[in-house]
Amino acid sequence: MAELLAVRGLRVDFATDRGPAQVLDGMNLDIETGEVVGLVGESGCGKTTLARAILGILPEGAARIRAGEVRFKGTDLLREDPGAVNDRVRGRAITFIPQDPFTSFSPVFPVETQIMDLMKWKSPRARNGGGPASILARYPRARHRADREAVLEILRAVQIPEPARALRRLPHEFSGGQRQRLMIAMALLPRPDLIIADEPTTALDVTIQAQILRLLRALVKERGVSVLFTTHDLGTAHEICDRVVVMYAGQEMEAAPTDAFFGRPAHPYTRRLLMSVPSPGGEIRDIPGEVPSLVAPPSGCRFHPRCDYATAECRDVRPALRALAGAHGVRCHHPVDAPAGADP
Amino acid sequence: MSAVWFVVTRLTRDRSALIGLVLIALLVLSAALAPVLATHPDDVFELHPSERLAAPSGAHWLGTDRMGADVYSRLLFGARITILIGIIAVGASLAIGVPIGLVAGYHHGWLSDLLMRVSDIFLAVPQVVLAIAIAQTLGPSLPNVILALSVTYWPWFARVVYAETRALQKEIFVESTAALGASPWRLTVLHVLPNIASPIIVRASIGMGFTILTAAALGFLGLGPPPPTPEWGRTIAESREFLPDAWWYATAPGLAIFLTVMGFNLLGDGLRDVLDPRLRRSRTARDG
Amino acid sequence: MSAPAAPLLEIVDLVRHFPVRNAFGRRVGWLRAVDGVSLAVQPGETLGLVGESGCGKSTLGKTVMGIYTPTAGDIRFAGREIGWLAKRERRAVAKDLQYVYQDPGASLDPRWKVVHLLHEPLKIHTALSRAEREREVLAILAAVGLPDAHLDLYPHELSGGQQRRVGLARILTLRPRLVILDEPTSGLDVSVQASVLKLFRGLQEAFALTYVFISHDLSVVRAICARIAVMYLGKIVELGPTVAVFERPRHPYTHSLLAALPRIGGRRVTQEFALEGEPPNPRDVPSGCRFRTRCPHVQARCAVEEPLLRPLDGRTVACHFA
Repeated sequence: MAELLAVRGLRVDFATDRGPAQVLDGMNLDIETGEVVGLVGESGCGKTTLARAILGILPEGAARIRAGEVRFKGTDLLREDPGAVNDRVRGRAITFIPQDPFTSFSPVFPVETQIMDLMKWKSPRARNGGGPASILARYPRARHRADREAVLEILRAVQIPEPARALRRLPHEFSGGQRQRLMIAMALLPRPDLIIADEPTTALDVTIQAQILRLLRALVKERGVSVLFTTHDLGTAHEICDRVVVMYAGQEMEAAPTDAFFGRPAHPYTRRLLMSVPSPGGEIRDIPGEVPSLVAPPSGCRFHPRCDYATAECRDVRPALRALAGAHGVRCHHPVDAPAGADP
Repeated sequence: MSAVWFVVTRLTRDRSALIGLVLIALLVLSAALAPVLATHPDDVFELHPSERLAAPSGAHWLGTDRMGADVYSRLLFGARITILIGIIAVGASLAIGVPIGLVAGYHHGWLSDLLMRVSDIFLAVPQVVLAIAIAQTLGPSLPNVILALSVTYWPWFARVVYAETRALQKEIFVESTAALGASPWRLTVLHVLPNIASPIIVRASIGMGFTILTAAALGFLGLGPPPPTPEWGRTIAESREFLPDAWWYATAPGLAIFLTVMGFNLLGDGLRDVLDPRLRRSRTARDG
Repeated sequence: MSAPAAPLLEIVDLVRHFPVRNAFGRRVGWLRAVDGVSLAVQPGETLGLVGESGCGKSTLGKTVMGIYTPTAGDIRFAGREIGWLAKRERRAVAKDLQYVYQDPGASLDPRWKVVHLLHEPLKIHTALSRAEREREVLAILAAVGLPDAHLDLYPHELSGGQQRRVGLARILTLRPRLVILDEPTSGLDVSVQASVLKLFRGLQEAFALTYVFISHDLSVVRAICARIAVMYLGKIVELGPTVAVFERPRHPYTHSLLAALPRIGGRRVTQEFALEGEPPNPRDVPSGCRFRTRCPHVQARCAVEEPLLRPLDGRTVACHFA
């Protein structure tokens, strides 16, 4: 498969009252065409920051990109002309599904107005270009008709009943699950190459979550779209992903195909994380210690203060990427070679 | 008191709040040091018909009035009356409005409805009109002005406290403290009140300006304290027949009222920015 | 599984309806949040109460706690009817019956120091002297694993995990007998969730607590609860020992809930998961069996006759065809 997105050595700082917080510290990530990649990590590990950095929507002023590149189809988005990225990439080649479908619609306009506003700018039929003057441009009638057809078709694809009538409704008239279906539809409409989904099922009930995950996976596989799916829920990652990348405190720790990730995790953090999932037997195992401060993060491997296998080496040097069998990579000086759950 | 210090340092960072703070400090200083600062401290009660309506000069910095008294000195003593009216009227409004707002906000039912409808009736009539009616009925005097202002201003506090209490009741810490078995008394006085102190303080600052303005209006209409009290509003009323020749006569108290009211309003806005956590957050985000 | 001891908490046909009003404040219907629930909690056990959002599990917890007054039905705590007590007497019950919010950290007054927050419950419910209260507070603080130095801090100066511990300590100073935990792990990372569950377990042993554990997360409930009650639209549909319910769910809804649960290492459940649609609005409850609009095994009888809870296979189930 071909490389679609490659993040290399990305460093992002956030200004805080106590000094700059190193939210991403030399982060690497690869996504191939047609692949669903799960980005797993606990809150505060930087997964949302990474997603925003790829989309180019980091909060201006607060966040600073210090190093690294975000290569998308061969061009580095960080060094490309921002206007061109806005025209051709953001909202077009890369689209976004937010965590909270409740706040992602304006409550006062019907859904149709909001979707057609999006299509006016980001429809695959629209010419590239834009700029400030085009705000006044008319929405050509022929294209409007074609776009509306495409919208109805995609609403049928995400299984919204009676799409034509649904379009006339206001956002609050949809349930949470249906709103998330609308979000998926809107993310698919510009025919993107990559969808970034930020915890899209966290707010949903388990039966609705199962429906949405199944739908999303089916739609992207059918269309050959890649997905970066961030989540803190390991079960969700298992359900939808082809490959899983685990992050801890701004660094990637391990990347592996889903079966290997859950079956033979090599990084001590991954193993600890999987063990903290409640087991039917009732045994509960947590990870001792707390998530480190990102203002004064640990040196070397950021997990070393909480790691059972840590040595002086881990304190001094961040481990290089170590390739294991079957596209499985781990950044650890002391990787574990055992099936999941076999730790002391 | 680190909290007070925090508020003051924050206020001095904002230009308009700083101006407000300085204006009010000036007002308080002139009131407190009136006997020292005044060039003719006795003129408040004495008549000098020979020197009446003299233009500003070295002897009379802001000229003299129709009785020949020094306008500057009378202005300083007028500041005392202004502060007295403001503090007592706002204090009394707080004492009436805050408990009513708390009770109405905490209870759900007929009592709450009754209290809020009563305050709505007061709010529906313009404050000046209501105050005029009360002062007219009771006769012109300083206590009656203060009474009229207190009776008309408390609904503003009741409204603010009611709205904030209702909003706070949805906070988990209030509900959970109730679930802990806390009595309504403990809940409202020890938990709700400290958490709504900020909007009350802001409202009190703006209320000072508003009350002083209304007091001046009452004085202007002859419903304030009787002469020879150096009340600012009455002074302006007296000066009308001598305009435009004796321009200083009306200008001095007019400016004093304007600067005082503006000072309290600027301070109120500044306090709102500093004390309101929602606004504070957006500010720090912009700073960061 | 018959319990010889008298139940600590017994709920009989509890109903809590909320009026639904239109824009003019006129009542246009009832939201039947809790609609006839009966259950008993034995001393020392952990009962799990599960269901999707809107099923009434939190309303049930808050009605038992006295935050809402019941519309009908009885709540007996330690043999005493508490659902219809006068307000003052009801507040006194809070000494033995406590409620933990989803985020115990959010239950702390931001303007109070930790030390005052921890003294407050004792001031409300006991006549202990200041010195006795101090001793008690220090003991509880140690039990939840916080250093004494934290007493002088304000809640916002603590980390989220520490706030949670203070929130729990605040409740435990009263040495309650029954604690209702409302979604205590919702929104937490797995590793934090594991720490929190461990803490709950440790405290249960140390203070001989009885828990009612309200959660939408079945994997957590399975790990921590001995018995489980599954709610759907204001009613219990299945109630029994956790092991039995998880191994052989008898109600179709329980079955679907379990089937939707991702199982790490197993097959992807989304490939075969069958439950369609979303729960109906609790303002507009279907006739007969409430689950019939989504049930894969629905028959004519389900629309006409409401199934009652009946004993079956070591548990109780409310389904005609279980």
